[in-house]
Amino acid sequence: MNNNRLTDTICAISTPPGVGAIAIIRLSGADAINIANTVFHGKDLLKVPSHTIHFGTIRENNKIIDEVLVSIFKDKKSFTGENAVEISTHGSPYIQQQVLQLLLKKGAKHAQHGEFTMRAFLNGKMDLSQAEAVADVVAANSETAHQLAMEQMRGGFSNEIKKLREELIHFASLIELELDFSEEDVEFANRQQLKDLVTKLHEALHQLIQSFNVGNVIKTGVPVVIVGEPNVGKSTLLNALLNEERAIVSDIAGTTRDVIEDELNIKGINFRFVDTAGIRETTDQIESLGIKKSYEKIDQALVVLLMVDAVTISKEKLQSDVAKIRERISNKQKKMFVIANKIDKGNEQEVLQKFEGIDDVVFIAAKDNKNVEEITNKLYISVAEGLVNTNDTVVTNARHHEALSQANEYLLRVLEGLDQQITGDFLAMDIRQALYHLGQITGEISTDDLLDNIFSKFCIGK
Amino acid sequence: MNNQYDIIVVGGGHAGCEAAAAAANLGSKTLLITMNMDAIAQMSCNPAMGGIAKGQIVREIDALGGYSGLVSDKSAIQFKMLNRSKGPAVWSPRTQNDRMLFSKEWRLMLENTPNVFFWQDMVNELIFEDGKCVGVKTQIGIEFKSKAVILTNGTFLNGLIHIGEKQFGGGRAGARPSKGLTEQLVSYGFESGRMKTGTPPRVDGRSIDYTKMEEQPGDKNPGTFSYLDTTTKLTKQRSCHIAYTNQNVHDVLQTGFEKSPMFSGRIQGLGPRYCPSIEDKIVRFSERERHQLFVEPEGWNTVEIYLNGFSTSLPEDVQYKAMQLIPGFEKALMFRPGYAIEYDFFQPTQLKNTLETKLVENLYFAGQINGTTGYEEAAGQGLMAGINAHLKTNEKEAFILNRDEAYIGVLIDDLINKGTNEPYRMFTSRAEYRILLRQDNADVRLTEKGYKLGLASELRMKKVAEKKQHIEKIIKRFEEVSILPKEVNSYLEQQNSSPLKQKVKAISVITRPNIAIKELSLCNTKLSDETNLYTEDVLESAEILMKYEGYIKREKEVADKISRLDDIKIHDTIDYTKLGSLSAEAVDKLTKIKPSTIGQASRISGVSPSDVSVLMVYMGR
Repeated sequence: MNNNRLTDTICAISTPPGVGAIAIIRLSGADAINIANTVFHGKDLLKVPSHTIHFGTIRENNKIIDEVLVSIFKDKKSFTGENAVEISTHGSPYIQQQVLQLLLKKGAKHAQHGEFTMRAFLNGKMDLSQAEAVADVVAANSETAHQLAMEQMRGGFSNEIKKLREELIHFASLIELELDFSEEDVEFANRQQLKDLVTKLHEALHQLIQSFNVGNVIKTGVPVVIVGEPNVGKSTLLNALLNEERAIVSDIAGTTRDVIEDELNIKGINFRFVDTAGIRETTDQIESLGIKKSYEKIDQALVVLLMVDAVTISKEKLQSDVAKIRERISNKQKKMFVIANKIDKGNEQEVLQKFEGIDDVVFIAAKDNKNVEEITNKLYISVAEGLVNTNDTVVTNARHHEALSQANEYLLRVLEGLDQQITGDFLAMDIRQALYHLGQITGEISTDDLLDNIFSKFCIGK
Repeated sequence: MNNQYDIIVVGGGHAGCEAAAAAANLGSKTLLITMNMDAIAQMSCNPAMGGIAKGQIVREIDALGGYSGLVSDKSAIQFKMLNRSKGPAVWSPRTQNDRMLFSKEWRLMLENTPNVFFWQDMVNELIFEDGKCVGVKTQIGIEFKSKAVILTNGTFLNGLIHIGEKQFGGGRAGARPSKGLTEQLVSYGFESGRMKTGTPPRVDGRSIDYTKMEEQPGDKNPGTFSYLDTTTKLTKQRSCHIAYTNQNVHDVLQTGFEKSPMFSGRIQGLGPRYCPSIEDKIVRFSERERHQLFVEPEGWNTVEIYLNGFSTSLPEDVQYKAMQLIPGFEKALMFRPGYAIEYDFFQPTQLKNTLETKLVENLYFAGQINGTTGYEEAAGQGLMAGINAHLKTNEKEAFILNRDEAYIGVLIDDLINKGTNEPYRMFTSRAEYRILLRQDNADVRLTEKGYKLGLASELRMKKVAEKKQHIEKIIKRFEEVSILPKEVNSYLEQQNSSPLKQKVKAISVITRPNIAIKELSLCNTKLSDETNLYTEDVLESAEILMKYEGYIKREKEVADKISRLDDIKIHDTIDYTKLGSLSAEAVDKLTKIKPSTIGQASRISGVSPSDVSVLMVYMGR
């Protein structure tokens, strides 16, 4: 049975698998420095100060495995909140394995998945939402997602929630005070002030909840769908877009990431094309608008590109297709663009007249790459300016979203209760539920917390 | 001399009395050993029963067939329903009691209970055999044998009284401490600690000028604790009064600080934050210019009064001087000075949910020995210990109350899972299902359970069945009867409630705030014909159920959801050290407390939700 507990010293290779220039092997636990010292030849690591880096060799029975740099982090001043050592080796997987095996021989335990983070969490270095954010950093595949995750790690998200929670605890304490200590000579909560506070909280949570939809798409990519009848040029457009963006991506300094097929990265935002395999295999995949399958794809996407043949489509058909999709996406945070393809094939006046009164039209000639750039601009702007506001806190985690939504539902009930002048016992019930759900993110709030708050602030007791 | 009993109860306070009565009423031959037969059920602190959250406990005890409610009613000199303006979940009955009468009534109740036997002596040793407790030895050298022993020693174990720089052994003022038991239990492996509580001076009522104070009379329409009709409502009552300290009082009190056992560190025990001494209050809340005091009569006829809020362990001369600066107390004479008392307790995490100790089988702890404070908390534990000692020794299934069933359940669950670092008092905020645990429905919640045990009488069972039926009838009537605008609008307007535009069912009007069942019934004869048939208690319960139906339903749903975790049993044999992903603290706490269900595990402090997930994963959930 694995008996990895807080008392063990754990180690693992912390850089991604494969060959890199260097690799980092991390040790954490009470004996981290001791264990590293037994295999390191150079300075005596037990005597060096915290946050220093040392050059030396890792040896097994005097046989040199590698030349390394060793970083020392002492007591609580490390990522995990315990003694930690990071050994930077050369990148060969063979060397990495040799060093790791040696450390295991010397008494370290192989870390379980997420165990460094768990220790950081258990040692109070981060709260639950921060720990989840660490995982998000590792998985982040776009600039914005990374930013978001970093912000969470720095406590951006948890700090805001913490502040709200403090205020709600205070509010809850006042209500509990009123219920349990009504005989005491203390002043009780003013209902109007309470109402103002709950209204404020409600609005703040509402904003956080709203940000979820946005936050989630940033992490996984904004889903885009191209719909249209056969032979309007969907696959040509897709290829044109992807080729276009390959060029753009490589223009950004330091960006060496491969563009994953059917995924576009425009200035840090990922766009994911839904079900493009179908488009590539056969242009007959989407037979006509109005069939169930098209609707399903529209439902999966945040941005819909309705592609039409600018020349052959009739005005009536155009209007009815646009109306059908608009209806399908109404009241949702979705955006539709009409892509009028093959403009080079017809009379410009006629085409323009046909599209009069229809919003968000982009005229292109996909085959010649004409004006395709306009689509990428529109995609970026629709998300960056329409949906995303990176200054606001963004909720990226479904669990957080759920908890916030629940908390907010109960805050609404509190407001209703206040309007109906309901008594404190019932108000308290909904406040407790709101606190409980908030607690799902930042840790639980117990009755003892409320009582502690009361006893520290109010003179209670006959 | 007969030295063989089924159950021995050590201690004759609120816990011991309830324990003895319950065990005996269930059929166990029960011996109550107390150091002083004349001091049974002493109110060592304030002469009152009930209050917020505590009144609910007294009603629960009554509903189950315990005696505290009846004794309180019989000795009451004033009745108040506290928190009337705050909502039905926190309405809390409280009585002022005649201290001497209270003690006398308890003794008579016990004397009239078949199977209760008495012995006056000090128990200073327990007899253990094969890890079981099988009896006690007393100071005068007698051995009593039994199948189970319940310890309810209150503040007596190594009790130490402090007044200023003086300190002396005592279980309370005027009583000897109990010696020997703590030492024996600690040597057996129990973990003991020290706690502290205090009490204010008792004053000569003839020397006080009440005209300088605010009078606090009892309720105009007083109720009773008991659901039975054997006790009746008070026809006359005695008032309490409110007085206030002032800066001069505080200044004089401060002159005694250097002799204070609290501030000098002579008292090591932990005192309750919600029942601080007056010196503690003026230090911790120095910005307050005055503190409220309650002047409570100690009985119908006695002139002695209890100066509630002035608890102190300062030197008696400082107490005296300071007291005489309180308006109305200028010429006050003191009967007994205030004092602090330190005593031994045992962390209640050493108990099972039956209050049996984990270390020694058939040994039960109840009351202040478990780190609680309050007569009601003690009585509730005593009742449960008495019931469970009887059930265990008769090889019957344990009797456990859940957190959504009773404050008594909340109390015991909190104690055994969280332990306590200060004297534990019940608050309504400790109950997560406060809406369900009301004083009006303790009988509906519990009497059937008490009846099935054989503790609550046939009469109680009949009464509660009738009550339920009446409530149903009223609600049905309110659902059926339509009420016309012209019948009700003048009443609605009077209550600042918007008038009706068309006829509606009565139930939709009763759910409005400020609309009362009795007044609404007066508007419509079909309603009043129905409501006139029933008692006020029944009307009150029916009104609460109709008015707050949505809230009550939601609270029940939450309780049901959570209680599913209590259905997942954890086997005793589980080795937590083998579960790698548990936090070290969780392993430690779980190993120590040995929760019997996942629900219980989740309530242990130090066990995080992720630890609970690990447990569930381990158990294949």
